[in-house]
Amino acid sequence: MKTWIAFGSILKKDVQNYYLKPPNISWGIIFPLSWTLMQMIRSSGGMNLSDIRQMLPGLMAMSVLFGTTSMLAVTITFERKGRSFDRLLLAPIPLSTMVAAKVSGAILFGLFNAFVPVIFAAFFVDLAGINWGAVLLAVFLIAVTSTLLGLMIAVSAKEVFEAQTFSNFFRFPMLFLCGLFLPISSLPIFLRPLSYLLPLTYGTDLLSGSILGVSILSPVLCILVLFAFTAALFVFCQYNIRKKWIL
Amino acid sequence: MNTPDIVTVTNLSKHYGDFTAVNGISFSIRRGEIFGFLGPNGAGKTTTINMMIGLARPSGGSILIDGIDAVKNVKKAQSIMGIVPDESNLYDEMDGFDNLCFCGSLYGMRKALRETRAKELLEQFGLTQAGKRPFKAYSKGMRRKLTIAAGIIHKPEMLFLDEPTTGIDVESARQIRQLLLKLKQEGTTVFITTHYIEDAERICDRISFIAGGGIVASGTVSELMDSVSHGHSIRFTADANLKPLAGELQARFGGCTVKAESDHAITLFSEKRIALSPVLQYLDGQGISVFEATELRPSLEDVFVKVTGIEAAKLKKEKEKGGAGR
Repeated sequence: MKTWIAFGSILKKDVQNYYLKPPNISWGIIFPLSWTLMQMIRSSGGMNLSDIRQMLPGLMAMSVLFGTTSMLAVTITFERKGRSFDRLLLAPIPLSTMVAAKVSGAILFGLFNAFVPVIFAAFFVDLAGINWGAVLLAVFLIAVTSTLLGLMIAVSAKEVFEAQTFSNFFRFPMLFLCGLFLPISSLPIFLRPLSYLLPLTYGTDLLSGSILGVSILSPVLCILVLFAFTAALFVFCQYNIRKKWIL
Repeated sequence: MNTPDIVTVTNLSKHYGDFTAVNGISFSIRRGEIFGFLGPNGAGKTTTINMMIGLARPSGGSILIDGIDAVKNVKKAQSIMGIVPDESNLYDEMDGFDNLCFCGSLYGMRKALRETRAKELLEQFGLTQAGKRPFKAYSKGMRRKLTIAAGIIHKPEMLFLDEPTTGIDVESARQIRQLLLKLKQEGTTVFITTHYIEDAERICDRISFIAGGGIVASGTVSELMDSVSHGHSIRFTADANLKPLAGELQARFGGCTVKAESDHAITLFSEKRIALSPVLQYLDGQGISVFEATELRPSLEDVFVKVTGIEAAKLKKEKEKGGAGR
């Protein structure tokens, strides 16, 4: 019970202190909206309304990826620099609970981000026939793995700008390799194995299957792989925190 | 378990590569006492406290806190600790009240309990008016007080404070010293690190001097003073010139060395304790009234300088760097 009180309190504090601040709310809306508009303008020549639905899996995945990795890496680096993070390390709660509480806020922020393009799309196209349960699961798993990647970056960064720079080293290659812009089959053959090492590949495939009914991998396989990434990243982040922050 | 020692540290060491920050130190802290760790910056005080509270991993040695192995079972040990770091590390965006409640929740305190306790602490520290102000708007002294309040919100058995009065105003430093004495009266064991000798002298029951990563002396203030003072000295201050009597006094009180310090003061040194009445009777017989007889003892600073070899000037410089605080 005591652990749950601490968990709830850390989550509430993060949501109030960071994720519900007006700049972040607007960022959470503007960023996915910009992606959507950019895609619409890019394909404006021959675009029809059904293209919006085609773009949805990619837009949702990008929004989650950028939202979660940015926010968690920045907030943790910020707290580390101000040493308020030490307060969490010194609390008599398991490290896994503390890590879970910290990532939960970013996951919720990622979920919120993901559904901005959906709300926008709902004004233009009929979204009937989408398996929303599978969409939610896919978005959740993308949010979890992206958040943990953000945490992994935060553990290595000392300054906020470092966290942002490291994030981009991961994010942009991931976007191009996960099959969002180019099908994996059209990538150079030596890059293809890399695609299958990225959690986003499985997340976007799952999302694409749920929204468009088109996927290259089995949904069960995608879910299992994403769970495996989640477990591995969670353990690795905890190990790294112990190693790097408890000197 | 209710042993006299709440903390037992044995052969504790910490190495960073080739650099040894703490070199095999051992000490114990008795239940209910204020124990001071006194040393200059870079002596190993913060590294030691960090190992005890679980923010640094010892390279060797053991730490037992209330019977709990604080190296292997750090989270259990942390549950009985209150921790006040050297820098205020609360959340700038949150107000004082919310900061305290948040810290209480980390120890599993329920909402009603932590809110009641937060109100009590704000009142106790004179911060009730500032309770709804964001932490970033607090003065340095207020920040320090709120950080201490956050450290004791869950009523810990063992309180660790790293440089609690460094860099704050005189009044806040005085209030903090009083609070620590009150916590001691209530049964809390307190471990403080400081480079302010006066703090250690005023509030600590026992002190360890640390320099270069090692403990160079330990004991109560009087034990430490006795360890460097050889013999006894008493200064007499009178209403008349005592200089002409120096020779006569030395002759009468054979075991003493007499030194006239000014026209109206004279100091007697002796290996044995000096009985006052024969001296006073003699001076009275000479028609001289003695207003003051003071036993001269080395100060804790003298002891520190002697056992550590660190010059008083260096400590003074560090004090000035630290800020007012006196």
